[in-house]
Amino acid sequence: MPPIDESVKQAVLNAVPSLRAFAISLCGNVDRADDLVQETLLRALANINSFQPGTNMSAWLFTILRNHFRSEYRKRRREVEDADGSYADTLKSHPEQHGRMEFTEFKTALNQLPADQREALILVGASGFSYEEAANICGCAVGTIKSRVNRARTRLAELMSIDGIDDFGPDHTTRAVLAGNDR
Amino acid sequence: MDDQNKPGGARKPNVEAVSSRSKKQTAKLSRDVQAKLGQQLRAVYDDVVSQGVPDRFAELLSRLDDNKDKH
Repeated sequence: MPPIDESVKQAVLNAVPSLRAFAISLCGNVDRADDLVQETLLRALANINSFQPGTNMSAWLFTILRNHFRSEYRKRRREVEDADGSYADTLKSHPEQHGRMEFTEFKTALNQLPADQREALILVGASGFSYEEAANICGCAVGTIKSRVNRARTRLAELMSIDGIDDFGPDHTTRAVLAGNDR
Repeated sequence: MDDQNKPGGARKPNVEAVSSRSKKQTAKLSRDVQAKLGQQLRAVYDDVVSQGVPDRFAELLSRLDDNKDKH
């Protein structure tokens, strides 16, 4: 393994918290996510010469993590996922401004999204990557990411019975009643 | 926004409406709904981020440094 520059090491460490959050969303299990992060770091450091200084370290690490997950982890994915979904067992506390029910409901809805939609939504909506960066990480077109993010948002709103998303459908009234406490 | 207030909102569902459902809804997600979803998504994500760097990863990187020093 080549010597690791201190600033590079620090950049890698700085990316670990968000790498973990992304890994948990992919793996559906914290222990496995941490193993995935560890393997990602080892791979990244072994190939540190292929990192271009000045480019986004975080995006580079996310790409390695995602590729490694796709090749090694996907087939075993979520087999030991707990009932509440991927983020459940990481939660020691949650922000008070979110009702517990709503927070739990959101996590459940997030876990019901198709994997590619959840991934795109998290990269853009939570990790703070641009559509272009997310497209590079996922190896797909920018338009594909935009479409996945849109579909993910729509589906989430639907799953959470948030009103104001449609004006048709037989269950509109029921949905509005169910969502009545949201505001 | 523009689409939301158009008349005939109570139109009957039909096959055509169902097949284009996802597209219509995408167009109709309001800013409020998007903001709310975004806020919740970040709350879930940031809950993990706020845990910082677990010891195993900090130790992993120091171990690599130790190896380097031996060379």
